[in-house]
Amino acid sequence: MENNNYAIETNDLSIHYGRFTAVKSVNMKVERQKITAIIGPSGCGKSTLLRAFNRMNDFVPGCFVTGELLLDKQNLYGKTIDPVEVRRKIGMVFQKPNPFPKSIYENIAWGARINGFKGKMDDLVEQSLRAAALWDEVKDKLQESAYALSGGQQQRLCIARTIAIQPEIILMDEPASALDPISTLRIEELMQELKKNYTIIIVTHNMQQAARASDYTAMMMIDDKRAGSVIEFDDTKTIFMRPSDKRTEDYVTGRFG
Amino acid sequence: MKPPAEAQNFRHFDLKKKFRISESIIQALLFLAGILSIFTTLAIVYELGKEALLFFNIPDVTLGKFLGTTKWQPGIGQYGIWALVSATLVTSAIAMLISLPLGLASAIYLSEYASPKMRSILKPILEILAGIPTVVYGYFALLFITPILKSFLGDNIQVYNMLSAGLVMGIMILPLISSMSEDALSAVPRSLREGAYAMGATKLETSLQIVLPAALSGIGAAIIIGISRAVGETMIVAVAAGSGPNFSFNPLEAAETMTGHIARISGGDLSYNSIDYTSLFAIALMLFLVTLILNLISQWVVNKFREQYE
Amino acid sequence: MSNEKISYPEGADFYSALRARYRTAAIWLSIFLGSLLIAIIALTALIFNVIDGAFGYIAYEYKNPPTEFTSTPVNELTKEELLTVLKDNLSSGAYKKLDWEKPMESRTQADLLELFLERLVRIDTKGTWKMTESLLNGAEIRAEVAEKYPDAILEFRSWLTPQFLVSPMSSRAEFAGVRTAILGSLWLVGIAILFALPVGTGAAIYLQEYAPKNWFTRVIQTNINNLAGVPSIVYGMLGLALFVRVMEQFTSGAMFGVTDSNGRTVLSAGLTMGILVLPLIIINAQEAIKAVPDSLRQAAFGVGATRWQTIWHHVLPNALPGILTGSILALSRALGETAPLIVVGASTFISVDPDSPFSKFTALPIQIYQWTTRAQSEFHAIAASAIIVLLVLLLSLNATAILLRNRFQRRW
Repeated sequence: MENNNYAIETNDLSIHYGRFTAVKSVNMKVERQKITAIIGPSGCGKSTLLRAFNRMNDFVPGCFVTGELLLDKQNLYGKTIDPVEVRRKIGMVFQKPNPFPKSIYENIAWGARINGFKGKMDDLVEQSLRAAALWDEVKDKLQESAYALSGGQQQRLCIARTIAIQPEIILMDEPASALDPISTLRIEELMQELKKNYTIIIVTHNMQQAARASDYTAMMMIDDKRAGSVIEFDDTKTIFMRPSDKRTEDYVTGRFG
Repeated sequence: MKPPAEAQNFRHFDLKKKFRISESIIQALLFLAGILSIFTTLAIVYELGKEALLFFNIPDVTLGKFLGTTKWQPGIGQYGIWALVSATLVTSAIAMLISLPLGLASAIYLSEYASPKMRSILKPILEILAGIPTVVYGYFALLFITPILKSFLGDNIQVYNMLSAGLVMGIMILPLISSMSEDALSAVPRSLREGAYAMGATKLETSLQIVLPAALSGIGAAIIIGISRAVGETMIVAVAAGSGPNFSFNPLEAAETMTGHIARISGGDLSYNSIDYTSLFAIALMLFLVTLILNLISQWVVNKFREQYE
Repeated sequence: MSNEKISYPEGADFYSALRARYRTAAIWLSIFLGSLLIAIIALTALIFNVIDGAFGYIAYEYKNPPTEFTSTPVNELTKEELLTVLKDNLSSGAYKKLDWEKPMESRTQADLLELFLERLVRIDTKGTWKMTESLLNGAEIRAEVAEKYPDAILEFRSWLTPQFLVSPMSSRAEFAGVRTAILGSLWLVGIAILFALPVGTGAAIYLQEYAPKNWFTRVIQTNINNLAGVPSIVYGMLGLALFVRVMEQFTSGAMFGVTDSNGRTVLSAGLTMGILVLPLIIINAQEAIKAVPDSLRQAAFGVGATRWQTIWHHVLPNALPGILTGSILALSRALGETAPLIVVGASTFISVDPDSPFSKFTALPIQIYQWTTRAQSEFHAIAASAIIVLLVLLLSLNATAILLRNRFQRRW
């Protein structure tokens, strides 16, 4: 029964670049349909860890992973696992909005098409845009270039194209850091809406954002060998109100970093 | 500690602009060197235009004959430029048909697939190919490709033919298309590739459906430069395509391109002010204008492309 | 949203779809690699073709058997014997002309032997074969020659010999060499670089260090980029009109008292090449100057240097390796260019070495062109040999450029 509540589990997950260990021994259980935030000072390996979750680090030469990353009891780094399938199940939204240089419609339809979507494309596009709270703004200009949208709209379009392929988990790598406060707020509202259907893991350097928006928080820190590790992982309330680690307390109260 | 002001050895500063004669001369010389290129262009336009004008001022030469007929022999009153343009079109088209797909495919491999080590082996090979003088390609066309074509096509193909010249020209242009396209592909931001991978795309789907379209304008510039190079290429066609204007679109036949014609006629005994002489300048002016326009378009496209990602 | 999930293939369906996607990917990847392979094959074929042409069987007959002139076997003739034979049998006019070109006594035995074979024995080539033919079908060729030309001598010959490098032009392929052409090419490239390097560097300095950022500078820059793409034959036409005709007084040397030439001199051709490579040199030099960090300039300005002092003492020395590398690459471009030389009027047949800017000239690529377009196969063989000479020259130039680049790698 216990496993069913967890979308993803890591067992001693470490990430290495050649002989350098960037992230050390992470043990996390990420609960389903909740928002889990990863916080920590810059350079502590937050993004590296997040990218390990859907094997985006495969593209970095010399990068490899030890330990286990379990989704539905399967180790995503197992020999029989196909990274393309992994990324189809675990979508990602990036720091800077990166819509494809195509029309708004095609931005969403493309991922669906390559993944063998069989239903009515128009409906899928509309549903995804509605789910990303973008439909009303773009319904009259679906054939226009995605580059014509504002930064905040582009980021919601990226979220829309991610949910169009129906992943289990959505990873968000500082999704609002390039956006203005109002767009940021809309993204945060959207996340609350999305967690009804998806598990969300978000990396953020914005403490208020983590406190406001997440259910669980993982605190990362680098050691003297510059290897990052999760020093504390708990309810967001606990992390921000009664952290058990002194370093977490220093960080969340702003005495550090 | 300071001595009193009266005792100080007071010095006047002169910060007025000084006229430094040597600096000015040097700057003037550098300026001259800088604008020499403008004079080169003006000289090309003036010299070519002057002689071309002499040609077009001949009462017998009308624009109708020039653009409307298909026999070129100015000596006996035939002024149909199409006899030469057709061969230029055929050889350039064959060259692009070869160099475009091959160059683009090589570029995709080099930019998206090759490991740094692979790239360090493959790129020099393409650079060598790009550095071989075109007259050597001419030798290759006439004495290697043509015999091979002949062994397949027998008497259907003439000894001098546009097909062989075009094929070899394609190989000559391949490295140009490949390296310009590779630059364009590499300039596509990594975030676009990551966005595609994160949606479960394979490497091929990412390369062909996301990266390639995003680099399209840069690739377009490469194609235009490639065409301009093909139109202006002389030695391969002069050696292998044939000598003698021939209005034909059959690549198996011999024909003479605009460049090949200039090379052959100017290589012979040519007296100034003859109609042969002035007609060459008319052709050269056409070549210059066509390549100039192609180059300008290509530069404009490249600049637009740069803006897009900056 | 949940009914949407049904629309995506899951599990086994997804994997079979994925396998199909990977199959497509594999096919395309082999197309990409295949394209590169074609390029590599083309390069290999080209080089093989050239080498193949430069060696092989030759069958020839003597028009006048050597025994008519001397009793000593041909390959045992000494220099003295050759001198007497030549003196006795050549017409006195022909002998005097040869002696004038280069005193007979000062020539080597090999030179004289060649003269003897060329002028007196008069080799008559019956056929030549390429290297692979000669090696693979040697027996057939021997049988064929024995049947068709019973008197002919068949030997495996390397057309590329030291003799080939130092012999002047000849109307007989067997005796022709590339000395005149190499010297012509050197004169040409020398004049081109003498003109283009200072002017090109100056233009680059102006554009990078002095030029204001305005429309006029942009026009200059665009114009330079365009000139780099103008077909070389158009430069040839410019050279013909401007240097050969308009400036004939200067380029023929008439201004300086040279009387025996017209404007079709190595000077005209060199200047044409100079104009042709100028844009390349400017663009490369600009890159090299751009790479010199601004901190260096600011440091020089900071101690009160004028703009030119800054450039001369700090910017140029640091940009020099880059400028030279670019110039060498431009030089190799000039070395291989053929079309403009044809238009400007390279001589197709001269055996006199160029000795001044006002000499008539030929050049390596011109000879390659000439020999390639001849019908007789022995000329193709010397064309191939000349190509090898040209490619080796280009290769060593480029190797120099690479060495230079590596030796003076940027230190900042």
